[in-house]
This record gives sequence, structure tokens and C-alpha cells, in this order.
Amino acid sequence: MRRAALILAPWLALLAGWYGIHHSGFVNPALVPTPHEVAARFVELMGSRLPMDILMSTQRVFLGVLCGIALAVPVGFVLGWYKTIRTFIDPLINFFRALPPIALIPLVIVYFGVDELAKVVILFYASFFAGVIVMYEGISQISPIYVRVARTLGATDGEIFRKVIIPLAVPHMLTALRVALGVAWATLVASELIAAQQGLGALIQNAGSFFQLDIIYVGIICIGFIALLMDLGLRVLARRFVSWQERIA
Amino acid sequence: MTIGPPRIVFDKVSVRFDTPAGGRMHVVDDVSYQIHDREFVSVIGPSGCGKTTMMNIVAGFMQPTTGTVTLDGQPINSPGPDRGVIFQEYGVFPWLSVKENIAFGLNLRANRTSADEREAVCQRYMQLMGLSDFADAWPRMLSGGMRQRLALARAYAVKPQFLLMDEPFGALDAQTRTAMQDLLLGVLATEGKTVMLITHSVEEAVYLSNRIIVMTARPTRIREIIEVPFSYPRSEGLHESKEFGDLRAHVRGLVMQEYAQQAKQR
Repeated sequence: MRRAALILAPWLALLAGWYGIHHSGFVNPALVPTPHEVAARFVELMGSRLPMDILMSTQRVFLGVLCGIALAVPVGFVLGWYKTIRTFIDPLINFFRALPPIALIPLVIVYFGVDELAKVVILFYASFFAGVIVMYEGISQISPIYVRVARTLGATDGEIFRKVIIPLAVPHMLTALRVALGVAWATLVASELIAAQQGLGALIQNAGSFFQLDIIYVGIICIGFIALLMDLGLRVLARRFVSWQERIA
Repeated sequence: MTIGPPRIVFDKVSVRFDTPAGGRMHVVDDVSYQIHDREFVSVIGPSGCGKTTMMNIVAGFMQPTTGTVTLDGQPINSPGPDRGVIFQEYGVFPWLSVKENIAFGLNLRANRTSADEREAVCQRYMQLMGLSDFADAWPRMLSGGMRQRLALARAYAVKPQFLLMDEPFGALDAQTRTAMQDLLLGVLATEGKTVMLITHSVEEAVYLSNRIIVMTARPTRIREIIEVPFSYPRSEGLHESKEFGDLRAHVRGLVMQEYAQQAKQR
């Protein structure tokens, strides 16, 4: 009960602040639609295009993150485990990581066209570089003591990999997944700049051209909430898989 | 404990490391000694003198630069379950429960046993180490002393002939430390192993060992090898005896001289 109240409190404060700004007189009320107007628009859009927008965006994020993490986990692992390789590859990773995905859009259109693939490529790019950093930072901090202990107990290289390194890597994989998912949702609108007809990013951009502020708010809030739900889901999963850890980063 | 033939033999062992600054550091200098079957040998000396380096060679983690270390006449090339190692930082696996930690070695191909045997060994050592009530607990829930006992139980489970211990009780409070020493002596009395203990504590070395090897400051050489005349089983009261006090004072004097020497070098 108390806990539920504590969880709800900041959201209610946010709503109150929102109404406050609308009625404050400092801004033109026409520029800040009220929460109930946005909610009404949400309900209306749920009856038309919104479900498809959500589906398309979620699908793109999912595919992008899946491919990004599928590559980030082994690459991050190798970079984290072999310090000499890291020394040479690290500058390269940081070079690419610094490039904003939105700057790559013209190139992506040239090389991958304007279809689904192009959008997923952008999301893949963003989630790979976010994931690989988390993964290799985590792996490089694994204490070598566990490997030494396993060796003194008679473990072979294969056994050390399966029974020591994998269990130690799992928490970092889950963290990388969470970070990549967050970054992918943050990059979604940019990826849907590429000739998207459907998707939350497309919804926001279309609404922007027609000055439909309430729809922009609907789109933004949907992105926030879906990202939040996915993160909560991953946390539950993480708690299950790595209950041995004090807390999940 | 009766003393048998030599098993671990250091013959003119020297170790030099490459330093990150590009120099060479001379750590161990021409050290020769033997550890006999069922003997309890403590190695004591100033911190950073190279004691751990010698243990790492016996454990199989590194090779001497010159000279040889042999185990039953064979050169040591790699770690193995015949040599149980207790590290200063315990190295208890945080992702496994207490019981799974103890069973870890028994699930490896090198010492695989039947499920019944595994269960029996786990139960036996959990009981011996006072961990039975914590079989399914995660290591993070355990105190320092309990983690230390878990590390011991895990090492014992694969039935090593040697125990190599690097400052095993260094992080424990005085009472827990004494209790752990007595527990160790008790287990050794029933299971008879050959032990090499690296320690800073003169008290601990005198209380536990058959022999104490006092090392000099780096590059470390043998300062003196001291026979400890007290018979086993030993108990708390020994600490109060005059002979114990005299021996402790002698060893402490040697160690303090080496610390002073080390301070002068820096």
C-alpha cells in the first residue's frame, strides 16, 4: 500500500506539474495540451493507427537490439577477456560509438535503401555500440581469482569456460541488453526519419508537420512507457537468472 | 603427525620479474628447501618479499627463472587437484550456493564421483566446517570466517595431498582466526596432509607448524629454518607456555630485523 503510493507519487507530481504549466499563464495554453486532452487523443488513436505504430516500432527495436546484442556479446567478451586485443580495438570502438546514428542516415539510405532493413540497421548500430561497451567493461572487471581457483580444483579450459566464465558473464549480458534496449528506443525516432509510414517515430514526425501537439505527446509517452515496461521485464528476468548478486546494476 | 620423505623440493630457485617500467626485479634468490610428507611448513617474512611467488610456483601458476621445484621428483607444470590452494581473498564462487561451491571440484572430469559420493562429501565437510545450516545460502550472505571455511571445504572435497595456503586467516578477527587455526589442526589430524602456509603472523606460524622458514627482505633468501619442537595435538594453552614464548620471541626478532632491512632498502 505504502509502496504503491511511493511509486505513484512522482507520476502524480508530474501530472500536477503539467497541469500547473498549462494554467500558469507563463506559456500559451494552446502550446501545452492538458493531460486529459492527450489521454483522449490516445484513446482515439488506439482505435485507428496507434496499435500498428506500436507494433511496427516494437518490432524494429526488437530486431535491432537482437542483432546488436547477438554481435555485442561475443565481441564484448573477447575484448574484455583479452587485454592485448582491447588495446588495439578500443579506439576504433570509441570512434564509431561517438558518431550519432542520425548523421549516418544518408549513408544508410544509400547502402540499405529506405525499407525496413535501413531502419533496423540504424537501431542495430546504436544497440551494438551501447551493448559492446557495457559487455567488455563488465567482463574486464571479472576477477581472475575464480579461474585460478577452478584450475587448482582440476578444471580444464572447457570446464572453466562453461562453469566459471559463462556464469560470471550472464549478469553483464543482461545489463548490456538493458542498456541497448534503452538506447534503441532513444534512437527509434531517428531511424523512422527514413521514409517510415508507420511507427511511433513516424507518428510524431507527421504530427509535427501538422502542428498536432497532442499527438506528439501521445507518441512520446508511448515510447517512454514501452521502454519502461521492457526494462521492468528484463529486471524481473535478471533477478531470476542472477539471484546470487546483491543487486542488479 | 609423523614426518615422511621429501615431497616438494626447491632446488636453487631464483625468480626475476620484468617490471612495467622496463627493469628486472629480483624476487627470489637461490632458495633451496624441502617439504616432507605430512609436514606443516610455514613461510614467514616481510610483506612483498616473494613468499606468494614461491607458493605460486608450487601451485603451478608460474615457473622459476632458474633452478627447479619438483613434486615427488617431477617438475611442476600446471595446477592440479592434488594441490589444494587457499587464496588470501578466498575466491568463493559467488554464483553458486554453499553446497554447490563444495561440490564444484567433484563435478569436474578430473575428480568426478558418483552422485551419492558427492552428496556424502558435501554433507561431511559442511558439518565439519559448521556450514550445514547454510547449504543453500549464497556466499554473499556469509561472514568472512564462514567464507574461509567454505574455501577450505571446497579445497578438501577433492582430497588434495597438499594444502597451499596464502595468508588464509589474514582478513579475520583475532577470535575467528584462533578458531580457524584449531579447526585446521583438527582436520589435519584426521586427514593428514602436507601443508605450506604463507603467513605474516609469527604467533600463527609457531602454533601450527613443524617447521618455520624465515625469509629475508627482497630478493628473498632463507634467513633461518626453525624446527618447532611441540608435539601434536596442540591446543590453546600452548600459547601461554614459556617455550612457546621463547620461540615466538626468537622468530619475531628475525622477522623484525628483516622488516628493518627492507625499510632501509626503500
